[in-house]
Amino acid sequence: MSKIHVTTTVNGDSAEFLAGPGVTLMDALRDELGLTGTKEGCGSGDCGACSVIVDGRIVCSCLMLAPEAEGRRIETIEGLAQGGQLHPLQQKFLEHAALQCGFCTPGILMASKALLDANPDPTETEARYWLAGNLCRCTGYDKIIRAVMDAAAELRQERVA
Amino acid sequence: MSETLDKPAAKAPLTIVGTRPIRPDGADKVTGRAAFGADFHMPGQLVGRVLRSPHAHARIVSIDTSKAKALPGVKAIVTAADFPDLASEMVEGSEASSDIRDLSLNVMARHKVLYHGHAVAAVAAVSGDIAEEALARIKVTYEVLPHVTDVEEAMAPGAPLLHDHLFTEGLEARPAQASNIARKHRFVRGDLAEGFAAADVVVERRYDTKATHQGYIEPHACVAAWGEDGRCDVWCSSQGQFTIRSYCAKVLGLETSDIRVTPAEIGGGFGGKTTVYLEPLALALSRASGHPVKMVMSREEVFRATGPTSGGVIEVKLGAKKDGTIVAAEVELKFQAGAFPGSPVGTAAMTALACYDIPNFSIVGWDVVTNTPKTAAYRAPGAPISAFGVESAVDELAQKLGLDAIAIREKNAVRDGTKASYGPTFQNIAYVDTLKVIKDSAHWNTPLGPNQGRGFAVGFWFNVGGESTAAVHIGEDGSAVVVTGNPDIGGSRASMAMMAAETLGLPIEKVRPMIADTNAIGYSMLTGGSRVTFATGMAVVQAAEKVVADLRGRAAKLWDVAADQVVWQGGQAVCLDPAKADKKPLTIEALAAQSARTGGPISAQAAINAQGPGPGFAAHLCDVEVDPETGVVSVLRYTASQDVGKAIHPSYVEGQVQGGVAQGVGWALNEEYVFDADGRMENAGFLDYRMPVASDLPMLDAILVETAPNPRHPFGAKGVGEVPIVPPLAAVANAVSAAIGVRMPNLPLSPPKVLAALDAKAG
Repeated sequence: MSKIHVTTTVNGDSAEFLAGPGVTLMDALRDELGLTGTKEGCGSGDCGACSVIVDGRIVCSCLMLAPEAEGRRIETIEGLAQGGQLHPLQQKFLEHAALQCGFCTPGILMASKALLDANPDPTETEARYWLAGNLCRCTGYDKIIRAVMDAAAELRQERVA
Repeated sequence: MSETLDKPAAKAPLTIVGTRPIRPDGADKVTGRAAFGADFHMPGQLVGRVLRSPHAHARIVSIDTSKAKALPGVKAIVTAADFPDLASEMVEGSEASSDIRDLSLNVMARHKVLYHGHAVAAVAAVSGDIAEEALARIKVTYEVLPHVTDVEEAMAPGAPLLHDHLFTEGLEARPAQASNIARKHRFVRGDLAEGFAAADVVVERRYDTKATHQGYIEPHACVAAWGEDGRCDVWCSSQGQFTIRSYCAKVLGLETSDIRVTPAEIGGGFGGKTTVYLEPLALALSRASGHPVKMVMSREEVFRATGPTSGGVIEVKLGAKKDGTIVAAEVELKFQAGAFPGSPVGTAAMTALACYDIPNFSIVGWDVVTNTPKTAAYRAPGAPISAFGVESAVDELAQKLGLDAIAIREKNAVRDGTKASYGPTFQNIAYVDTLKVIKDSAHWNTPLGPNQGRGFAVGFWFNVGGESTAAVHIGEDGSAVVVTGNPDIGGSRASMAMMAAETLGLPIEKVRPMIADTNAIGYSMLTGGSRVTFATGMAVVQAAEKVVADLRGRAAKLWDVAADQVVWQGGQAVCLDPAKADKKPLTIEALAAQSARTGGPISAQAAINAQGPGPGFAAHLCDVEVDPETGVVSVLRYTASQDVGKAIHPSYVEGQVQGGVAQGVGWALNEEYVFDADGRMENAGFLDYRMPVASDLPMLDAILVETAPNPRHPFGAKGVGEVPIVPPLAAVANAVSAAIGVRMPNLPLSPPKVLAALDAKAG
């Protein structure tokens, strides 16, 4: 089957690639664009390791076809740090030791960013339910939730300032 | 090795060990830069895929690959015919030994398939689509055989036999007939009949658990490249590059030295990445095709063909005096090994009563093969299963005696000087302190609400030491690189760097840890057995001490004083000789800058076989609420205390505790392998194999008990990674039993099971 030419925006830059009609956005990001920070844990939308933000919404990139990215704005883990500065979520994850193996971390960071973009002041329960689509097998989530809440507080302060 | 205790570096106040710096590999892990198993690419690489058995038990009559080979783009196909037919040979791992023949037959089935998902052939092609198409074109003719997945059914006379030549070991006489029972383990002390005769109260019950998977989020992945000179390379995610190298060499009939294994970042393992599945196949495909071959498992393959740990039956009988003294214990364990012998029933038996000082006991364990995936190590292998039975029984006994759950454990606790149920005499253990901190906690002293229950349980794990190599190199700017051979599965780079920094007197930022391939560092046993911070940490400290000794010598040379007139303080050489009072201290940076004049590069290595890891004890307290309408159990509060010796990086030690608790809660409440009538796993995906998600859990309070530092380790560390998964199964089940007033002996406590218990109680 012939490949489809896809023009999209990834982390603020325009990007083009060729993808078969059945190729997922996850595979296109990893294999065509070399953005391997997006991880595959299940390929069925159950683990959230491949979470990216598309036009402001969190999606499992394994459940979205690459041709559907045409004209969309995609944010991946590789674009979270800006200008050599870690995003407050990244910084707080490190300060709180909110990762062990680090495999789920990119997806959880992107899901957390989508949460804080939509809800700057989540309760712990809201954060837990928002992140319920992202499996972590190492941490028991305790330090992840603390890091997200701490980053939310810092981002709110930054906004006030 | 204990001599390190007397070195000044260890006695000085600690400035880095015990603090919580940012991990050295942190930025890589939060930016997507860290390269895991599936993130590696080679020019010209092919895609490898595996054809797996659709039957739980069948004879392979024939395999016809001709139509698959004819497909354009297919570059190689391998079956068991491409691997040597190995003789039985035991090889040692860090926590269990394996028969290399079984390992080879698990990698690729020969003559018979033994579980649904067992590999029968592998294909390398120019794309995944073509490889999949090729798999569909391979024609395997099977003669389907009766199968057995349940452990007790597999033990019964007349059960379908997996292996015609499996005769039970560990019996007094070799049995006349083959069976599915691979081995009997037995540990006894005292006189059981006398013990029970002296008991005032006896409890007896049968418990069972289902097979559960380690559940690492990263599927197995590797790239293999066979060189034209016969030298090959493997890049893969594993818990031990040296183990992968050794197993690949054995399975393929190669020299170990022909293989180099480079460790990728590992996306979780929990024991499940201590063996080979894809790597020998990828090497064979690369040899056959002349191209590098990349293989990545799907999640379904991970469930069907890797891990899990055993499902088991645990029968426990306990006898106690009225005052709570346990005088007799009888434990029988029956464990699914999966398709080949080697369940963790031996360690389950050894740990079953390890927290208790009991004069009369008998522990019997049965290792039983079943038509299910071959079990792999899973965090404190076997111990959570036996602890589930024993800790539930102790809970019931306490209730009968009118004692609280902590009091009965204190009454029967092992202490320094107690001879452990598995043999050695305990020294430097803080088990009773783990009980005390729970008793003193706000959690223990907070009342419960309606439909709520509180459960308590304890756990034990040996921890292991073993062989490790570490090297410390000082750069010309005075910074240090610490090289080890142990994959960092949960933040161990941080503890390696911290121990080196503490010893050298460098700021943590100036120490860069790295994990080397099998050609770049000496042998190291795999990352498992909670051994890395203890054993590899010890090697790191010894290498760093050698560097310090070298630096002192160089300073002495520069100052023209005797070496014993130079001490290492705060990261610099200080001259003690009063005649040289004008000599200003020399920093590492200053000494490194003139290393050429003082003997050349500054570098040292330590290669050790570390002994005395110090066992781990844990005490867990769990509150649950049961929804009487749905049977759903919610964990409301959880507090876990643990004897850690000394926490090198407390945040990552807490993380181990919290992670173990979460896995244990999943095991207790939801996780299980569900097999259909044909022996196929019905829930081979994360949607149906229900691991805990963030909304399932509360914050998990970890209390690190540091009252008994490990005297064998320079900073007092004990292994911490495994014991936290031992108590939760029983802590949760005891809490549910308390909440609903019905003893719940069969895991998992999924909503239908809890609801059925509530309905039965209501009559």
